[in-house]
Amino acid sequence: MSTQLLTYIFVGLSFALYIGIAVWSRASSTKDFYVAGGGVHPLANGMATAADWMSAASFISMAGIISFMGRDGSVYLLGWTGGYVLLALLLAPYLRKFGRFTIPDFIGERYYSQTARLVAVVCLIFVSFTYVAGQMRGVGIVFSRFLEVDVSTGVMIGMAVVFMYAVLGGMKGITYTQVAQYCVLIFAYMVPAIYISLMITDNPIPQFGFGATVNDGSQLSVLQKLDAVLLDLGFSPYTEGSKSTTDVFAITAALMFGTAGLPHVLVRFFTVPKVSDARLSAGYALIFIAILYTTAPAVASFARLNLINTVHETPYAEAPPWFSQWEDTGLIAWQDKNADGLMQYGAGAAMTPTKPNFNDERGAHGERLVSNASTKHANEVYIDRDIIVLANPEIAGLPGWVIALVAAGGVAAALSTAAGLLLVISSAISHDLLKQTFMPHITERQELLFARLAAAVAVCVAGLFGIYPPAFVAQVVAFAFGLAAASLFPALLLGIFCHWITREGAIAGMLSGLVFTFGYIVYFKFMMPHLNTADYWLFGISPEGIGSLGMLLNLGVSTLVSRFTNPPPPSVQSMIQRIRVPRAD
Amino acid sequence: MTQSSDDQIERERSYWQANLALLAKLLAVWFTVSFGASILWVDWLDQFSLFGFKLGFWFAQQGAILVFVGLIFVYTWRMQALDRKFGVDDNADKPS
Repeated sequence: MSTQLLTYIFVGLSFALYIGIAVWSRASSTKDFYVAGGGVHPLANGMATAADWMSAASFISMAGIISFMGRDGSVYLLGWTGGYVLLALLLAPYLRKFGRFTIPDFIGERYYSQTARLVAVVCLIFVSFTYVAGQMRGVGIVFSRFLEVDVSTGVMIGMAVVFMYAVLGGMKGITYTQVAQYCVLIFAYMVPAIYISLMITDNPIPQFGFGATVNDGSQLSVLQKLDAVLLDLGFSPYTEGSKSTTDVFAITAALMFGTAGLPHVLVRFFTVPKVSDARLSAGYALIFIAILYTTAPAVASFARLNLINTVHETPYAEAPPWFSQWEDTGLIAWQDKNADGLMQYGAGAAMTPTKPNFNDERGAHGERLVSNASTKHANEVYIDRDIIVLANPEIAGLPGWVIALVAAGGVAAALSTAAGLLLVISSAISHDLLKQTFMPHITERQELLFARLAAAVAVCVAGLFGIYPPAFVAQVVAFAFGLAAASLFPALLLGIFCHWITREGAIAGMLSGLVFTFGYIVYFKFMMPHLNTADYWLFGISPEGIGSLGMLLNLGVSTLVSRFTNPPPPSVQSMIQRIRVPRAD
Repeated sequence: MTQSSDDQIERERSYWQANLALLAKLLAVWFTVSFGASILWVDWLDQFSLFGFKLGFWFAQQGAILVFVGLIFVYTWRMQALDRKFGVDDNADKPS
């Protein structure tokens, strides 16, 4: 059977499974729709949280980024998992005890203010839509490469599936499809990793494999060999960093505090029955996450080694089929600078601008020609980092069913996160904007209808993002984490741990964190991109890491303003006391 | 409610103090393995080796994550004990 047919079958079967679950678990009340009735088993919630939290970025992009950044790529591993620890220890149990439906709900009640609730809604929608756009790009890449449909058709199929289970099932449908999606994605991630680890080192456990000896008789470990090969090609060694310690510190912090403030992950803890279940399911979720996150750096180093071995000094005419297939999607390009028909891979960008602009002609060896100017570097190959995980099984020459499995896994990772995000967007609109603010008299049935409508609209908007990706998608990823870190995380943290923080303090804090971070990123990414270098950054912190300063600013402003305003009313004091104690009352 | 409410307030206050003390310890470990071993001291740690990895690199790409998993389970276990000790656990079958 051809790989393409297998891919259709695997992706088709997984879609049938998700839709089957959606029909089985329809939501019948707003409580079902927002928090799955509050009766999800901690183990199931752990799996669902892991799938919700591991996005297309974790599955498709992360190993690729680490593969090209080496040790500097650790910021993503540390930032995303370390932030999860903060979420589990500092926020999840208390939000579960609060026991309502949404994150703005908590902020609105804790800070006794509809303004605070609305500020939280704005932050949440901004963070979530930024994130959804990334998921849709992931779905688009998988479809265009493996199913050879064009990106728009792929996105529409994906949207139709999410529509089925998010609109019908709400949180209930999403929870159980996420459990299925976790199983699909982790299996799809581990199988090729184990295969490749065996091929390169004879060690079946990838986590040990990338420190083990390469079985080519060289007596070097995978990482030593990689360091040596990269040095040879003019790169810096894989296991050494090139970013400044300050910047690595700040980026890690921004990713951590941003992760801890991600609303779609936090609401997952509203779905378990008790506070102790919330703690336990946070632990299960991190185990499920760690399986992928400790494998990713192994995949990254294997892939880089395999890639160099396969591509460097290989005649284009003899390149394996995956090379020209990815070339067709525009994510690989080769420019034969020295006209020898061999592909030289090395340090430095191959062309300028970095991303290839293909004209419709073919060169002497059948390669797609680009209109970019050449650079002086010897490197002739452009490889998009997003293809590493998806192309890895093909680069290693694994059988067709493994490749098909990875395609299904990539779609599962993107869809599970997209559904979780769409749910928090729709519940923020139906619950916080309509029921709690503008239309307090609607009945529960009407609220449920509005929730479904909002989910439907959000699905369509997300679909548009996928079909017409805004040119700035890649640049705004820093936004999602930076803004969550600078706005939502401090408000939640102070709300639980400092009973004297006032309404005015929280609003001033969220706004100043938001404006500062937003301004800094817009200034360096859009207004003055030519100044975006360490010399001009505040304290040497890049726009990716500025969320950590935004967070400190938020904390400072909140506490300062709270000192000079009237303390929170007694009803709020007793609510804070109530959420700090697990016992039901 | 069998206890007087003053007694309950006092217990909840001690419970919260114990909770904060536990969090402080766990977050100290969290900071040490992530920002410490993986970022600030990574170059120094790299002179040692573990399972064929440079130690600092191993912490940054494997070790810190494993410690994080451990932290959450220690937290769950210790908090369960604190809940019982101060009679504030959420198990509805037991009298508090």
